[in-house]
Amino acid sequence: MRRDNLRAIFYIVLKDMRTYYLKPPAISWGIAFPVVWILAFYLRNPKSFEELLPGLVAMTILFSTTAAEAVVINFELRLGSLERLLLAPVSLPAVLLGKILGGALFGLLMTTVVTTGSAIILGAHPQVLYLILIVLPSLFTFAALGALLCVSVKEVFEAQTLLNLPRFVMIFLCGVVYPVSAMPKALQYIAYLMPLTYTVEGLRYSFTGGSIYSVLIDALVLVGFSLIFIYPAFGLLRRKFE
Amino acid sequence: MNNQKAIQVSGLTKYYGETLAVDHISFEVEKGEIFGFLGPNGAGKTTTIRTITGLSKPTSGEVSVLGLEVSSKILEIKKHIGVVPEISNLYDELSAFDNLLFMAQLFGVPRSQRRKRVEALLKMFGLFERKNSLFRTLSRGMKRSLTIASALVHEPQILFLDEPTAGLDVLAAHSLRNLIHNLREQGITIFLTTHYLEEADFLCDRVAILLRGKILKVGTPDSLKAVAEEESIIEFSFKKGDYQFVKDLSQRLPELKVVPVEETKIRIYGGIPSFVFQSVLEFSKEKGLEVLSVNSIKPTLEDAFIKITGLSPTVMRVEKEKRTNASG
Ligand SMILES: Nc1ncnc2c1ncn2[C@@H]1O[C@H](COP(=O)(O)OP(=O)(O)OP(=O)(O)O)[C@@H](O)[C@H]1O
Ligand SMILES: [Mg+2]
Repeated sequence: MRRDNLRAIFYIVLKDMRTYYLKPPAISWGIAFPVVWILAFYLRNPKSFEELLPGLVAMTILFSTTAAEAVVINFELRLGSLERLLLAPVSLPAVLLGKILGGALFGLLMTTVVTTGSAIILGAHPQVLYLILIVLPSLFTFAALGALLCVSVKEVFEAQTLLNLPRFVMIFLCGVVYPVSAMPKALQYIAYLMPLTYTVEGLRYSFTGGSIYSVLIDALVLVGFSLIFIYPAFGLLRRKFE
Repeated sequence: MNNQKAIQVSGLTKYYGETLAVDHISFEVEKGEIFGFLGPNGAGKTTTIRTITGLSKPTSGEVSVLGLEVSSKILEIKKHIGVVPEISNLYDELSAFDNLLFMAQLFGVPRSQRRKRVEALLKMFGLFERKNSLFRTLSRGMKRSLTIASALVHEPQILFLDEPTAGLDVLAAHSLRNLIHNLREQGITIFLTTHYLEEADFLCDRVAILLRGKILKVGTPDSLKAVAEEESIIEFSFKKGDYQFVKDLSQRLPELKVVPVEETKIRIYGGIPSFVFQSVLEFSKEKGLEVLSVNSIKPTLEDAFIKITGLSPTVMRVEKEKRTNASG
């Protein structure tokens, strides 16, 4: 049984990479959007760019994973081929986990490119272990958030629109551009209710140094968020097949 | 598991919100037979398949497949069934070969057998030459064939076919029907739905006639035809069509069933032939309609359908608006 599920997850991810990673919505929201933002910030002020780098990497994680969820989930929902996966001898959580990992992997590719690219250009030396500790749970968390929102709509464009709400709220409140500590107290409380804040914080430790415990705490909080997103996502998908 | 029925359904009921889609139906499918659900749009055919295959939960009733309860043993059941949905929904971006290979991977066909099986299926369905074509580039009939092939990669014992030939041209439909017929020869139990009477007649060992979520009758095509044989069927052709005439005539002959079959043809079910002849001829004279021909009809499954459902067969010919709806 476990083997069946693991095998299905593996092949679903593989198939999704081949069929969906190059779809226009994945490229525009998942690749072009973060790259354009990063370039805009860099060109505007190359000197203070290094300060912004953690925020921009966080934004890349957020956009690439959620954009990929919308294509891997909604293309299949719309055409009814998701049922094909559910007709296989595999549990529904396994199918959704396959979809979440597919989005996380897309995000991993993007994040690796963006981080290595900027590190080389800027000559930054991030702590690779810290990076891994914070990036992996972040990818999983935002892919799970994407999945949660995407299973509740049918069309890819609807999903992208729905995703833009949490995306932009988090970009403005979670320290991507303005540090959370510089915001009014009330907004700070809100910021700490959102996962991206912990991603930005963890990434900042990775680029500028800090204790590994702080990074581990951020990573743990992110794992907590991923569980908060993933269980309702299972429930929503199950509801579609009642 | 050997002397189990292939499918057992008892008291199956399904509501979608307020809509009653399937209304307390019960039936059994024997191993090795082709069992057909025949019914017009919205009769509940797809809903029944979805509940048997675990894609949808029944509101009430029991369903078991190969002796296993769908409600608790669905994962085990899925290993032994193949499902072909109404829409050919394989992946546009993958080739014919890769689509089948993915299904083989998903269903856990041993690695050493995957390619062999996929190639055999492509050959069987006449698609081997097109194995590298993307699904999107195949003709409608080829897509349908490949979708059926994809439900066979794991060598299921039972195959569910939801309207296997809907929307295909006559030739493609004919060759698919032959293929389906051959699958039965290989020992696969087949549950299919259709709104083509000739398809049910040609393929099915037994047919259930479904209307508004209820099974009206189950039997072999011959036994259903026998229902229609109990009474006379007389067909009148007129020079021109007149639906008001059909209405008036039904009122004039309340104990008989007057059914328009084509624009200028009606059939009258029941009654004593000489009385029917006389009444219709008199009535058409009154209305100034010219009778071109009169025939006594040997009942077909269509006539049985008309007799059992009281519907004109034209309801079955309505080209359906294809739902691309996946949820449910
Ligand atoms: N997901 C759904 N939500 C709400 N109502 C539904 C849903 N699916 C089916 N129905 C309703 O249930 C009834 C039976 O539908 P079903 O699709 O089972 O019919 P069918 O016999 O397959 O028809 P067709 O020949 O058009 O495919 C219809 O009234 C339909 O509108
Ligand atoms: Mg249907």
